[in-house]
Amino acid sequence: MLNPLLVARCKQHRVVLAIAFLIIFPLLMPFKAIAVNILIYGLFALGFNMLFGTLGLLSFGHAALFGGGAYACGLVMLKLGLPWYVGILGSVLAGMLIAATIGAFAIRTRGIYFAMVTLALAQCLYFLADQATDLTGGENGLRGVDLKTIQLPGMTLNFVDPLTRYYVVAFFVAVALFVLSRILASPFGAVLEAVRENEARARACGYHVRMVRYLAFILSGGFCGLAGALQALHLSIVPLETLAISNSGLVVMMSLLGGMGTFFGPFVGAGIFLLLENLVSLWTVHWQIFVGAAFVACVLFFPRGIWGTILMGRGR
Amino acid sequence: MDGITPDLLALQLFTGLALGAIYVLLALGMSLLFGMLTVVNFAHGAFYMLGAYAGVLLLSIGVNFWFCLLLAPLLVGSLGLLCERFLIRHLYGRGIDYPLLLTFGLSYIMVEMVRILFGTQGLPFDTPDALQGASDIMIGYFPTYRLFVIGVAIVVVVALWLFLERTPYGLIIRAGARDPQIVRILGIDVARVWLVVFGIGTGLAALAGLLAAPLQGASPEMGSSILAEAFVVTVVGGMGSLVGAVVAGLLVGVVVAMTSLVAPEFAQVAIFALMAIVLLIRPQGFFGRAGLMS
Repeated sequence: MLNPLLVARCKQHRVVLAIAFLIIFPLLMPFKAIAVNILIYGLFALGFNMLFGTLGLLSFGHAALFGGGAYACGLVMLKLGLPWYVGILGSVLAGMLIAATIGAFAIRTRGIYFAMVTLALAQCLYFLADQATDLTGGENGLRGVDLKTIQLPGMTLNFVDPLTRYYVVAFFVAVALFVLSRILASPFGAVLEAVRENEARARACGYHVRMVRYLAFILSGGFCGLAGALQALHLSIVPLETLAISNSGLVVMMSLLGGMGTFFGPFVGAGIFLLLENLVSLWTVHWQIFVGAAFVACVLFFPRGIWGTILMGRGR
Repeated sequence: MDGITPDLLALQLFTGLALGAIYVLLALGMSLLFGMLTVVNFAHGAFYMLGAYAGVLLLSIGVNFWFCLLLAPLLVGSLGLLCERFLIRHLYGRGIDYPLLLTFGLSYIMVEMVRILFGTQGLPFDTPDALQGASDIMIGYFPTYRLFVIGVAIVVVVALWLFLERTPYGLIIRAGARDPQIVRILGIDVARVWLVVFGIGTGLAALAGLLAAPLQGASPEMGSSILAEAFVVTVVGGMGSLVGAVVAGLLVGVVVAMTSLVAPEFAQVAIFALMAIVLLIRPQGFFGRAGLMS
């Protein structure tokens, strides 16, 4: 059992702790690229969890938001010739726009329908991207999203250097984390929780429940779009698979593994998932079988996820 | 658009019906599982794929195609029974998301197992000799095999309807769907009923996969793309409604076939556009009960 005083201290300084963790994290990882990946997928899972954990809406189409952001960033840089930060801004907007479009249909449905409709609409975007070869490169993906150096006033960052790249990505992830935690702590965040806990009462209190859900979906799209843009910059290519159904499933899996409904759970899930994937794929190409088995085991035995179970263990 | 004659349209309509027949079988299984067990089976595509590979396996050990039609769904259906008995059963009453997530994990395992056993490349699947060639259907020649697919679907739909509506077992299944508690009080083992329903649902998926195999070959990924399409069919038809599954399955098949005649590149997208329109006008689908999902 952990010392309650220590736990309270940790909670009090969790912003400092989170920043400290982000700074030393790459030094603990076997190589820097995986640390970057964990940050990106962690952010993606956080955006997803905002909908699932906070509102109880299970979306199976989040690849559309992530992939849409990635393509938006790439297209802004390649086709419009604008600098990378405009690309990132564009990806956040694109994520929100796609979420607004998908949400307009999906938010009318509930529960299981919601999962199926989001999946189907995301699949629709996948086929569109596959067909629009002139714009997206089709099956080959969008190539050449190169970012070599970042000009800041007074200095130039070398984005090719793994550690610098990590800290640039970490900066955006930290900003997103901060914004997300402020949203959840705001009155709007309280309304989100109210809607999840007791929809009828929230409605009776005068909240427009469907609009609240819709707004949350759009915000989630912004975070996922940002994650997509960071991945586009990290890989310097946007593969068509970023839009595929498997990517939507991946983020559900990470959130489930880490613990849905906890703030950092999805992040932990993304980290463990990617590390495991890395380890297992060292000795077999059939790593997906372990992923599937881990998933089944999680559903059966750890429905709260790893982080959720840890939090439970210390009496939350 | 010259070159599109009424005859060509009629033939394309039949192509759509053959495709629709596959969707109908898939969506029937899915609707059955949802209507009776409130399980959304994300592994349905994987069971579909297993059906095709069960066919490959059976054919390779010398079983003829007609027995395959019977054996492959039975084999895969038994696997479905095992999954229900040992995994999914524990999740009843724990919310609708958990069976969904579990079956999603299962589909990963099944797809990867097939990759290990049969290789990552797709396998060809020959049309059985008796069904090769084309038949004259008054308006022109139409591939015999596709006619056969439509025929099998009709037989299955009629058989399933008779089973559910005209037999004592069907009565129990329907009663269990409406009020499991009362059925249990009447002394019927509901768990066993659900087990059987799961077997039937997955068996239907396998049959669909087997029937589709000669049209497109067998590949480990064949299930994941059709899963989304099966979802569209169930959403359009109304979740849990068997009539809806049949009507929507045929409609989606025809829409795909017609779009591929005019604008092939939009055939896939047309399905989802259809779903969007239906959702806007009638969110519960053609035959879905309003308010069932909220």
